Amino acid sequence: MHPFEYVEATDPAAAIHAAGEGAQSVFFAGGTTLIDLMKLDVMTPAKLVDVNHLPFSSIEEQPDGILIGANVRNSDLAHHATIREQYPVLSEALLAGASAQLRNMASTGGNLLQRTRCTYFRDINSACNKRQPGSGCDAITGVNRMHAILGTSDYCIATHPSDMCVALVALDAVIHTQMHNGTKRQIPITEFYLLPGETPERETVLNRAELITHVHLPANPMARRSHYLKVRDRASYEFALASAAVALETKGQTITRASVALGGVGTVPWRSKEAEAALTGKPAERVTFEAAADAALAPAKPQHHNAFKIELAKRTLVLALEELMARSF
Amino acid sequence: MGQIATPNPTSATVSVTLRINGEERNLQLDPRTTLLDALREQLALSGSKKGCDQGQCGACTVHINGQRVLACLSLAIAHQHDEITTIEGLADGGELHPMQAAFIECDGFQCGYCTPGQIMSAVAMLEEAARQIPSHADELSLEEIRERMSGNICRCGAYPNIVEAIRHAQTIGKKGRS
Ligand SMILES: Cc1cc2nc3c(=O)[nH]c(=O)nc-3n(C[C@H](O)[C@H](O)[C@H](O)COP(=O)(O)OP(=O)(O)OC[C@H]3O[C@@H](n4cnc5c(N)ncnc54)[C@H](O)[C@@H]3O)c2cc1C
Ligand code: SF4
Ligand code: FES
Ligand code: FES
Repeated sequence: MHPFEYVEATDPAAAIHAAGEGAQSVFFAGGTTLIDLMKLDVMTPAKLVDVNHLPFSSIEEQPDGILIGANVRNSDLAHHATIREQYPVLSEALLAGASAQLRNMASTGGNLLQRTRCTYFRDINSACNKRQPGSGCDAITGVNRMHAILGTSDYCIATHPSDMCVALVALDAVIHTQMHNGTKRQIPITEFYLLPGETPERETVLNRAELITHVHLPANPMARRSHYLKVRDRASYEFALASAAVALETKGQTITRASVALGGVGTVPWRSKEAEAALTGKPAERVTFEAAADAALAPAKPQHHNAFKIELAKRTLVLALEELMARSF
Repeated sequence: MGQIATPNPTSATVSVTLRINGEERNLQLDPRTTLLDALREQLALSGSKKGCDQGQCGACTVHINGQRVLACLSLAIAHQHDEITTIEGLADGGELHPMQAAFIECDGFQCGYCTPGQIMSAVAMLEEAARQIPSHADELSLEEIRERMSGNICRCGAYPNIVEAIRHAQTIGKKGRS
């Protein structure tokens, strides 16, 4: 691990100021992405600005939704009574991620910015455009079973690994940030992540030293009827091969509104407007779900080892919708 | 502009105070030191094990402020305000914690390498279960125990007896200390 300076920030402005000094400064929250990658020399910050003592650790219920502090731990968010009741997809996604120990450590802000698990990204001896722009992509010619089939480019095919973010995309969450001069922004999560294109090293629209302070979940009656389904190589404690976050509103047997996001298959947490269009106005039954799954995966581009993910993601989405409909409300 | 507490960035090592098993310990350490390395290499608390050093096995599980976390992905310097408990701090003097006793009783291990992590994890797991679903705390299904303990890998595959020990500990925990 490269040597670094450690500073503990006591207020947001101080944290942003400290992280703005020197190009190599980063915020430090749960450390479960950062320390892991620092041990591998994949991330080599010169300064860690500890944000854990900033006042962003509450979950506030507001008239227009729920405001989640960036420091709220994944476990606390997953077990929060209102989240479980009004946004079950989020609670289920969080509980499907990592392990209990990691969820106790991982923060909401850090989870949004966790890095890909691409093995070539994690190995500094491999060519990787994300880690070292312009060096190439060993995954495209290498073993790419775990890689993405949606949103890829000739420069990078890395999967976005988060479960939480897939649910947040389906829920139209909004990310609140604060910058150097005190400016604040609110960024819809659907505009937060950048497709790899020719610059896979740029993963989000965040500026340097821009601090995530909160995540807002807009009030959304449909979210009560939502669900997350994750398929993976092990029963637990494993990243997704495919996952689906779904929410439905129905009138009689007809779907009147739908929200669909996919995980494990996209270079970013993947919202599928195509699937939503295929569901809306149709009867809530298997043929409709299959049509939606076909629509969602139509743009998929498989690599050498991961063509199976197309069918897997389709079945995952269909099953997620069926499981959701089977629940009583 | 608020304050930034910088522990003397110019020197290679910094002075750090950790509260471990109820005792204050002063250390001089490199900021890169993980909590696991501080425990094992500097404080002779080698009960917490290093399996993977990457957050993938749970052998290093300790409690920070009562919560189970991974010491291998924690920086010692970041936990100066916290209450840290390791496997060495679990027994009450000479009396084993009910979970430790249950692991012995049920033979919840083979080589024993994952055991301190399993036990620390299981103790916190039962407390979590009691907090989260109070009415079901006594009756976690086998499936639920397995899912809640999935962050602890056992290379020997002693899982059946580990799960048995945890179920047993629930019972003796009720009868014994609270
Ligand atoms: C073995 C293992 C298994 C895992 N399995 C899963 C899984 O199945 N599903 C899943 O979704 N995740 C999984 N994870 C990933 C885990 O969820 C993330 O590592 C975690 O959410 C990151 O949060 P953190 O607080 O620890 O972030 P940190 O490591 O502290 O930070 C991550 C990044 O976010 C930045 N950052 C942190 N806070 C802020 C802020 N407030 N503002 C701006 N930037 C900030 C940091 O600078 C850093 O770049 C796994 C991790 C491990 C180690
Ligand atoms: S897929 Fe992306 S992260 Fe993986 S090696 Fe290629 S460029 Fe790097
Ligand atoms: S040593 Fe910490 S999880 Fe394996
Ligand atoms: S008893 Fe050997 S690793 Fe679990």
